[in-house]
Amino acid sequence: MITQHLPILQVIVPLLTAPLCLLVQDRRFAWGVSLAASWTAFLIAALLLDQTLEQGVISYELGGWPTPWGIEYRVDTVNAFVLLIVAAISSVVLLFAQRSVAKEILFTRIPLFYTAYMLCLAGLLGITVTGDVFNLFVFMEISALSSYTLIALSEQRRALTAAYQYLFMGTIGATFILIGIGLLYMMTGTLNMQDLSQRLPAVTGTRTVETAFAFLTVGISIKIALVPLHLWLPNAYAYAPSVVSAFIAATATKVAFYVLLRFMFTIFGVSFAFKTMPLNFIFMVLALAAMFAGSTAAIFQDNIKRLLAYSSIAQIGYMILGISFASVTGLTAAILHLFNHALMKGALFLSLGCIVYRLGMANMEQMRGLGRLMPWTMAAFVIGGLSLIGVPLTVGFISKWYLVVGALERGWWPLAVAVLVASLLALVYVWRVVEVAYFQAPSPAHAGEIREAPRSMLLPTWALIIANLYFGIDTSLTVGVASQAARQLLGVSE
Amino acid sequence: MSATIALQLAFWTPLTGALLIAFNGRHPAVREALTIITAILLFASLAVLAPAVFDGARPGLMMAEPLPGLSLQLTVEPLGLLFALLASLLWIVTSVYSVGYMRARQETNLTRFYTCFALSLWTAMGMALAGNLLTLFVFYELLTLSTYPLVTHSGSEQARRSGRLYLGLLLAPSLGFLLFALIWTWQLAGTLDFVEGGSLRGTASPALLGILFALYAFGISKAALMPLHRWLPAAMVAPTPVSALLHAVAVVKGGVFFLLKVTLYVFGIDLVAELQATQWLLYVAAATILLASLVALSKDNLKARLAYSTISQLGYIVLGTFLATSSGIIGSTLHMVMHAFGKITLFFCAGAILLATQKTAVSQMHGVGRNMPFTMSAFLIGSLCIIGLPPAGGVWSKWFLMLATLEAGHQALLVVLMASSLLSALYLLTVPLRGFFYPSPADMAGKGIREAPLACLLAIGLTASGCVGLFFYADSLYAIARLLTPGDGHG
Repeated sequence: MITQHLPILQVIVPLLTAPLCLLVQDRRFAWGVSLAASWTAFLIAALLLDQTLEQGVISYELGGWPTPWGIEYRVDTVNAFVLLIVAAISSVVLLFAQRSVAKEILFTRIPLFYTAYMLCLAGLLGITVTGDVFNLFVFMEISALSSYTLIALSEQRRALTAAYQYLFMGTIGATFILIGIGLLYMMTGTLNMQDLSQRLPAVTGTRTVETAFAFLTVGISIKIALVPLHLWLPNAYAYAPSVVSAFIAATATKVAFYVLLRFMFTIFGVSFAFKTMPLNFIFMVLALAAMFAGSTAAIFQDNIKRLLAYSSIAQIGYMILGISFASVTGLTAAILHLFNHALMKGALFLSLGCIVYRLGMANMEQMRGLGRLMPWTMAAFVIGGLSLIGVPLTVGFISKWYLVVGALERGWWPLAVAVLVASLLALVYVWRVVEVAYFQAPSPAHAGEIREAPRSMLLPTWALIIANLYFGIDTSLTVGVASQAARQLLGVSE
Repeated sequence: MSATIALQLAFWTPLTGALLIAFNGRHPAVREALTIITAILLFASLAVLAPAVFDGARPGLMMAEPLPGLSLQLTVEPLGLLFALLASLLWIVTSVYSVGYMRARQETNLTRFYTCFALSLWTAMGMALAGNLLTLFVFYELLTLSTYPLVTHSGSEQARRSGRLYLGLLLAPSLGFLLFALIWTWQLAGTLDFVEGGSLRGTASPALLGILFALYAFGISKAALMPLHRWLPAAMVAPTPVSALLHAVAVVKGGVFFLLKVTLYVFGIDLVAELQATQWLLYVAAATILLASLVALSKDNLKARLAYSTISQLGYIVLGTFLATSSGIIGSTLHMVMHAFGKITLFFCAGAILLATQKTAVSQMHGVGRNMPFTMSAFLIGSLCIIGLPPAGGVWSKWFLMLATLEAGHQALLVVLMASSLLSALYLLTVPLRGFFYPSPADMAGKGIREAPLACLLAIGLTASGCVGLFFYADSLYAIARLLTPGDGHG
């Protein structure tokens, strides 16, 4: 039965598509086959989520090698949900990609672009699906290396320094993670996550495990771009091709966040991570710093892509804050926001992609008068922005609701206030753009020649916008899955 | 027609109207006709609902459940229906007025204008008919967003700056305080439903509940309690029909309506009366009443003066609510209606004067009454309604409000109310006084009657007669207001 092999197919399909794109060297073919592969991955992810919701955890032994000797792929509600998000965003972004990529990337490099894109997707899905920590590291490198390539493919020269900076930080992060994994292996002799979680309690008192924990936390935090380890992110998002910004912003940090959840909750366990080690306090402080520093920095950006990048740093703060509550509600909020933020940032970066397609770049200067020149694109941007602020009927509201409830449950009402105040900062930076777009006359150079973006780009953008609204009103899927995932991670029975 | 269908109709009509206007906006006549038809349909479907609801029926409608145990739902109850009827009735009149006004001013972007207008009314209906706090909050926020394009309609630099103030002062407190209060309420009471007599009693210490109540009072900045009132004068850059319907009726009344709902159905008037914080808030409301009246007196721009008068009069309604006695609630409810009729008349007149003479300042009103006798007389009637003098409806609401201050043992507040009424007489009656009795400036003298377009005059006539009508037929309103506090004296 093929459905048995879904976990491995999830990774293999995009992984094999990558060399195919490179071999055939045809732009159209590369795009078509990538699109097909991504939608297949989406379908597989949906089937997997459905299976886990109905039958519980799926365990798949690679090549028939029994665990813990072989590599195990293990799908529970948590990673099935993340798989679905990654595959869904990738599929929508690819729909959008054809014209955007043709415009922003050198003609001859387009097959190479889709090769790297598929590798990145395979890497991200692999990280999420695997139940083996070393395998996770390998996939992390695959996705990271391919994303450096994706960023460097941009025609802007600054993309090269951005990619280099990202490579530098990313490699440090990966090394730290590898050191952490090595130390764990040293203490337990296993790389399987389930096995690790059973063997670790016997050795938790040792300094080695505590060191491993520290290395892993810092390493993963670099990948998440948690303040103060976020410096690679703004440039990487700002100078990457539009499609890459949308894809990476909506998925890469989310997957890294998932890795954090996996290590903290499944492998080390709540009591070690939050009672033995003071992680919740550290996270809380860093999360608050991220929320305020990120949003404040966003207010002063002139490049809109950078603005959104800083906003991402702030939004990551919300997710980390959710973790620091170490409660079902807090964790539900974090996982919900992981999904919701992917939808918001995906939609916002795609609408910027439309603008870059017509205007070549997206600084405040270019936004002037766009409300009139590109009404659908700007309307999408406004709704995405409202979702970022957390206005009711958008997904942002749902995330904030759970975060605040989580804070109040613990009696930490200053944190609840902080969440709400931080969302007001989002109001400021979103509205700066809105005012320029709707109240300033277009610069004379643009008036007349700038038209609405092509339909093949508008439709995917609006698909994500509608998802922002839909999941803000009907949350039975997202909240249901997120709270089940949170319970699984915390080991609380239903 | 069954009540549920009427409710469906009432809720979806303005939204459908907005969409129709948006897509058929090319022809001025079509969008104007669509606006008026939508307004009439809306009012009619609400009117169909009325008898059953005032008899005790509570038709409801479930829309979605975005959070477990928390739904977006509509439930019709007397206070909400009264607000909905008021807003929709005045929308019909305003639509007529808009036709005359916007044409005469040769305004542009009218499709956006009429679309957003209908959308604002839709959100106001959502507030009025909301079945729980979450729904009320959602539509409260949407009302801010849908009125923003109307406030900044002209697109000028001043409009943009005012728009920023408008949005900031409405969204920031609502996301910062109100949402926080909402989630806190959910945390304490486990429900956001409206419960007869309140759902919060005994869930936390009085001090905490007092803080919560203050969060509501300031979070609902549409009620314009000082110091969060600055958005209302800022909103006056909007075209006159917007100031008239939205910033004298739908938006601001939405604010006090929210406060009334919270007082009646979340805290319960008994609890509100016991809270220490209420005593402080009463003085905030009293200060708002007095200070806003004084500021109004100092404003020479007519619309700015009316805006500060609105802030002061909203203070009356908030005060009546915080007094939390049966007569206080009755007074507040009545004043919601009386002030709506009075203030919309005044704004209509201010717009008509602007149209006919290009004058916007009180100091320029000399002799305007000779050129525009009809408008000036209507202004006088509207003023009487606001001040609380016969033969206009404002008498009754002020009567109950003053009674409530005495019942609650706050003689000082009675003095405040009376002083502010005197001040309002001063700042409002100056206008007709100058209009009728001061000599005309040389360029206007002897030019005969030059009134605003007929559509505007028609609207002014309707609302002004409404002010007078309410004086004679206030008993049915009183009967509705009585339904809100059953089991209290006043049998």
